[in-house]
Amino acid sequence: MSVTFKVNGVRHTLDIEMEMPLLWVLRNELGLTGTKFGCGVASCGACTVHVDGEAVRSCLTPVSAVENSEVVTIEGLAAEQGAAKNALAPIQAAWIAHQVPQCGYCQSGMLMAVSALLKENPKPSDADIDEAITNVCRCGTYPRIRAAIHSLSNA
Amino acid sequence: MSLKEKLKNPTRRQMLVAGGLAGGGLLIGYAFSGPSRHKLAERAVAGEGEHVFATWLKIAPDNTVTVYVPHADMGQGVVTALAMMAAEEMEADWSLVRAETAPAEKAFANENFGQRYTEGLNIPPMFQGLSDVAMLKVAQFMNVQITGGSSSIRWTGQHGMRPAGASAKDMLIRAAAARWKVAPGECVAKLSHVTHPSGKSASFAELCAAAAELSPPSHPVLKAKADYTIVGKPIPRFDIPGKVNGTAMYGIDVRRPGQLYAAMKFIPSFGGEVVSYDANQVLSRIGVKKVVTVPGAGVAVIADNFWRAKEAAKALDIKIDAKGHDALSMKTIYARHDADIAKDDGSKDVEIGDAEAAFKGAAKTVEATYRVPYLAHACMEPMNCTVWINGDKAEVWVGSQSPLSVRGRVAEISGLDFENVTVHPMLLGGAFGRRIPVVKGFIDFPSEIDFATIIAKEVDAPVQLLYTREDDMQHDAYRIAVTSKFKAGLDARGNPAVWTNRYTSKDEPGEAAHIPYAVPNRSIRYVESPTVVPRGPWRSVAHSQHTFFTESFMDELAHEAGKDPFEYRRALLKNEPRHLAVLELAAARAGWGTPLEKGRARGIAIQQAFNSIVAEVAEISVSAAGELKVYRVTAAVDCGATINPDTATQQVESGIIYGLTAALHGEITIEKGAVAQSNFPDYEMVRMADVPVIDVHFIDSGAALGGLGEPATPPIAAALANAVFAATGKRIRDLPMKNHDLTPLTAKLAQAAD
Repeated sequence: MSVTFKVNGVRHTLDIEMEMPLLWVLRNELGLTGTKFGCGVASCGACTVHVDGEAVRSCLTPVSAVENSEVVTIEGLAAEQGAAKNALAPIQAAWIAHQVPQCGYCQSGMLMAVSALLKENPKPSDADIDEAITNVCRCGTYPRIRAAIHSLSNA
Repeated sequence: MSLKEKLKNPTRRQMLVAGGLAGGGLLIGYAFSGPSRHKLAERAVAGEGEHVFATWLKIAPDNTVTVYVPHADMGQGVVTALAMMAAEEMEADWSLVRAETAPAEKAFANENFGQRYTEGLNIPPMFQGLSDVAMLKVAQFMNVQITGGSSSIRWTGQHGMRPAGASAKDMLIRAAAARWKVAPGECVAKLSHVTHPSGKSASFAELCAAAAELSPPSHPVLKAKADYTIVGKPIPRFDIPGKVNGTAMYGIDVRRPGQLYAAMKFIPSFGGEVVSYDANQVLSRIGVKKVVTVPGAGVAVIADNFWRAKEAAKALDIKIDAKGHDALSMKTIYARHDADIAKDDGSKDVEIGDAEAAFKGAAKTVEATYRVPYLAHACMEPMNCTVWINGDKAEVWVGSQSPLSVRGRVAEISGLDFENVTVHPMLLGGAFGRRIPVVKGFIDFPSEIDFATIIAKEVDAPVQLLYTREDDMQHDAYRIAVTSKFKAGLDARGNPAVWTNRYTSKDEPGEAAHIPYAVPNRSIRYVESPTVVPRGPWRSVAHSQHTFFTESFMDELAHEAGKDPFEYRRALLKNEPRHLAVLELAAARAGWGTPLEKGRARGIAIQQAFNSIVAEVAEISVSAAGELKVYRVTAAVDCGATINPDTATQQVESGIIYGLTAALHGEITIEKGAVAQSNFPDYEMVRMADVPVIDVHFIDSGAALGGLGEPATPPIAAALANAVFAATGKRIRDLPMKNHDLTPLTAKLAQAAD
């Protein structure tokens, strides 16, 4: 069986097990390692990508579910947000301005989750953020993520 | 000269210089060993036309300075902060400064760890019984290049980066003075150039070759703090841009040509062995290449894709022999703790005064037993290690707190020569004490480094062993479970006249159970209570246990004495000015004693850890239904001074949230010899919605630099538990909070009245 979908604007047709989670297709078959493995049970959000513009936890999403879809990973986030080639999306610039990442491992998933939130709700309240951003960060970068989100919504 | 020979002929701590390098560069190192050391360093990092400038500094022809940092940046910002310390002393232009993680070469071994970890107080078992100089050598011999003990800034930075930078500046100035035939004292180094009032100017790169011909200063002069232009500024970290666009490469991201992936089928219980399995059960699956026994751990399945390997491992049935360890449970472990404590008086930790006599004169006696459970590290990046054994050589890609120890361990397990093993240090997706391989006498449980090497021996390709989250949580090296019993005697005014404490398992640092308070009679003793459960350092190590115990029990004493917990501590810290200042600052900033919103309460705790003193005040509420909410944590910190105030603040925020997760949710339980929890749903984490406002204040005391990666973690559990007591009247003596019905006693009374 083969499956066809786009990743960061590039079309792929893969002859692959239909039940293989999108995460492992991205990381092991397509070499896109920016999307991280954290838990495998859609709990921590490290594997968050955009599928047709929605934040999706790719570790439990079988590749068959993205047939004919547009997948965007952290590597394609800037382009998706309309940034020029080699430029940063505003959300990435805000992450740098607020010096958000520590170990950085969860941040791909955080950026994908937050960018999806901001698309739906450009000025989220603290309660909106609490409800929407359930990703885990073991370094405890949460206060800076919150500050970075607010800086974007006040921009 | 071999290392063994050097052990017989210890050289003094000295500056090193190498003139006459190819192309006429300069190489100096602030080092403890002979000149062979910086030659090793040069070979490892210098490219064409570049010269290593000190063990840690390199000047390139374009006048950029690269600082080689012998520590792992696992999120704490140490690569940037150490580069700041070197660049400050060197008078480098920060825009021309780069930083890289040093390769896993002995030339970068941080002997300082061996010496300074001990601080003359507590010598880790592997260093015990050695003189100071021998200890440095042993640390090198043991291949220690470790990031731990909150040590990077206060040791490598203070004793390595700063003198190296100052020496480089001195030599560059003298080279310029000689060129211009002026007195060195007339020349000034600034912004990566040396200038003279006559208008002459030369870049560091232009002076580098001539500087190599000079002797390094015997006592490099360090800058006065008032003259700092880099240190003390919130300078953005080097590592952040790569962490927002997916290009940062962690161990898990390594991809080599022909690479294979391995997944484990672990023996669930600790201390067991594999009896049998049938590899044919999975060998016909798509992509599966081989099935390998990993003695003492389980069976590994190797495939061309990690998901295929993992699914095959899941499908494989293995027969195991638990070797009788499957009877182990928390019940048996805690029963053993109690029995071990009851058995005899154990070993001495602290004995001051006469505790027994003091109890006879006490007006009141207070007793309590505390416990903390096992904890997993739960780094966001599950454990992994990529190994390629290619003939008589091995290459390793891993994010490690001790790359040099990895190199030694892989050599040992593979049987290859140490010199033939290359380790490529990768970024670490969290570590917290977890990412250290076996270092005998320090960490004794085999890990993914060992297993990956065993697996790699069986295939002719690079192979990446990756743990699933379940593997990671169930086969960690855990923060130990500890039981601690207290008995104190109060005098007629309520002050503690005697403090006795009996606890299980001595852990590092050894002084964690000590108290700073003026209690005239103290008897603190411990018993060992070993199990087969793998143990390892966990952010702040022994402090993560004892600060909860001692600072909660101190709160109990304040309550028994009828005193305010802050004022009670304050009076008992009258002889400890640094502690007192920290405690008072935390209380003041938290508004201690000022009215709170209805239903809220505060708790306070303080601890000195890794030479830094941290006090925290937690502000919480507990609803009538027993729901705990943490609104605010105010922290006061005296770590001497901060190098980068922004990353320093980050570390305090991080330490508090890490400790908060443990206090609220953290519990690994052992049932049938195995870990009962498996993934985040049953080992829950603090998430965005649970995070309090964190308010951090530093005291610039000018004391010797303290660490910061760990010291903010210890006080939070006690501050929280003390606040819970203030809110509910319930004293929490074992963690985590989730196990307790926190319904306020007043609410219970109200219910009963209804």
